[in-house]
Amino acid sequence: MAEAQNIPVGSTTTGSIAVAAESTVATRMSAPPSFDVADFPVPHGREEEWRFTPLERLRGLHDGTAVANGNGVKVDVQAPEGVTVEAVGRDDARLGKAGTPVDRVAAQAYSAFEKASVVTVPKETVLTEPIRIAVHGEGGTAFGHQVIELGAFAEAVVVIDHTGDAVLAANVDYLLGDGAKLTVVCVQDWDDKAVHVAQHNALVGRDASFKSVVVTFGGDVVRLHPRVRYAGPGGEAELFGLYFTDRGQHQEHRLLVDHNVPHCKSNVVYKGALQGDDAHAVWIGDVLIEAAAEGTDTYEMNRNLVLTDGARVDSVPNLEIETGEIVGAGHASATGRFDDEQLFYLMARGIPEHEARRLVVRGFFAELVQQIGLPDIEERLIAKIEEELEAAVG
Amino acid sequence: MATLEIRDLHVTVEVENGTKEILKGVDLTVKQGETHAIMGPNGSGKSTLAYSLAGHPKYTITGGTVTLDGEDVLEMSVDERARAGLFLAMQYPVEVPGVSVSNFLRTSATAIRGEAPKLRTWVKEVKEAMERLNIDPSFAERNVNEGFSGGEKKRHEILQLELLKPKIAVLDETDSGLDVDALRVVSEGVNRVRETGEVGTLLITHYTRILRYIKPDHVHVFSGGRIVESGGAELADKLEEEGYEAYTKGGASA
Repeated sequence: MAEAQNIPVGSTTTGSIAVAAESTVATRMSAPPSFDVADFPVPHGREEEWRFTPLERLRGLHDGTAVANGNGVKVDVQAPEGVTVEAVGRDDARLGKAGTPVDRVAAQAYSAFEKASVVTVPKETVLTEPIRIAVHGEGGTAFGHQVIELGAFAEAVVVIDHTGDAVLAANVDYLLGDGAKLTVVCVQDWDDKAVHVAQHNALVGRDASFKSVVVTFGGDVVRLHPRVRYAGPGGEAELFGLYFTDRGQHQEHRLLVDHNVPHCKSNVVYKGALQGDDAHAVWIGDVLIEAAAEGTDTYEMNRNLVLTDGARVDSVPNLEIETGEIVGAGHASATGRFDDEQLFYLMARGIPEHEARRLVVRGFFAELVQQIGLPDIEERLIAKIEEELEAAVG
Repeated sequence: MATLEIRDLHVTVEVENGTKEILKGVDLTVKQGETHAIMGPNGSGKSTLAYSLAGHPKYTITGGTVTLDGEDVLEMSVDERARAGLFLAMQYPVEVPGVSVSNFLRTSATAIRGEAPKLRTWVKEVKEAMERLNIDPSFAERNVNEGFSGGEKKRHEILQLELLKPKIAVLDETDSGLDVDALRVVSEGVNRVRETGEVGTLLITHYTRILRYIKPDHVHVFSGGRIVESGGAELADKLEEEGYEAYTKGGASA
């Protein structure tokens, strides 16, 4: 089960489905979850959770040599009226409630941050304007902790924007009260040198809906670990992701949806395009349906479009089912390439080369972008995709 | 009147153990309104001729000229050739994931016509063209050639032929892999375009079967990388009876 697969370009896999007595998702990590960095050995790169990651490019986040230097990132939170924004110490009870660090860098971030930011939307408050959190890298190293809490039946959209250059390790907690609805758009629009490693923990309350849109364009290394658990039945999680991996970039998205209570839903769709030498995208999609989670309905999918030679995709969907009493469970992964024959076919119909590429890439992402449901974000993403393409086509 | 002139065309392709010459001096003139059938055995270079005219990067032109109304086709990029009025209906149309047929057709028509067709007339134009080819309307929302049957792919090629209205249409084995019903529908589509008198057609085929539906003005026998005999429609009847044997032997000794 811990056996991962490298899916060659042009192939399709349905991944692995296992019915297990106990979770291997948990046991294949090198150490149990902990808030203390000392509980994790320094990774050497052969561990299951690190084997795709270029440790030498993490700028010391994984081995304790990275030290916060005060000019890491500038965080600016713009929140509509009624929302509370606080800076709190690590003794605050809300920190770590959504999840515990599962690897050394997440634990390092938890052990090293100075003040955590807590954004609270009171119960039954329905925001009409998004909360905007701008994280701008100033060239240094930083450790962060962000909590976003929605009270019962609150509704909010949060846009987190990462720009500039930084070495950043962080944990982000999403706490959804019963019946709350939270949409988070988390954009990694870093400069080329940035290194960003983060664990996102969502705890979805009873009958609550969590929608996450992770968008990764920039950075030298971006490794994100979005995780979802449910605090009660009736919860729903939609995890959408879009990445555009350019030459030399390493973009890794490792997801876990832990169906730990009955009658919850999850839907995971991640799509990425790659172009240029040594562009490397990694997608790990773990879905665990625990024995108690009867009535679960889950689907996860990863699609990759390889635009040029020299790019590499590792896509590993993994579904573990401990109960057969479920509504549905499925997963798929496919990696295809935009090849010369497609280009020839479109050009033979009079379509110029750059337009042919744009047509294919836009088409590839369109279905996903339309599901975001926020027009200004959708427009921005399409514009950004075009920009990435222009940069490549020249 | 549009004229495609091919003069002494030589084409090579890279193979495992070096470079291989496939076309060894092709001469052919196709005028608007004419239909030429190029017939020949497998491996004679028919498809290489088709792809070379369209500008496929796999093939290298080592000699000769191709002009369309005096313009040097070989100097043009693939998309420029299409915009100049050259159309290739492919034997193996390519799947383009994520691009719907309707989006593809409109983008293509916009490129060829030099301006976006007016939406209202365009929708009607596509709908009617699809009806004539017995193409289900749902087809428009499917991705280009993705999951299409062999017959659907060929009908989709002819749909493009009807909409793009080229000066010269090269049909590369459009008949291969079609059952009789599909062959009839596809042939009717080609004939509708021919009847306008505005297209010169180069029909490349291995079989005489399609010539029962599409009557050529000229028939050329292709063997060993060049045209070895030309004649009228009666030449097809001769091939039907005698096959290519006489030519392949001749080609080997030539």
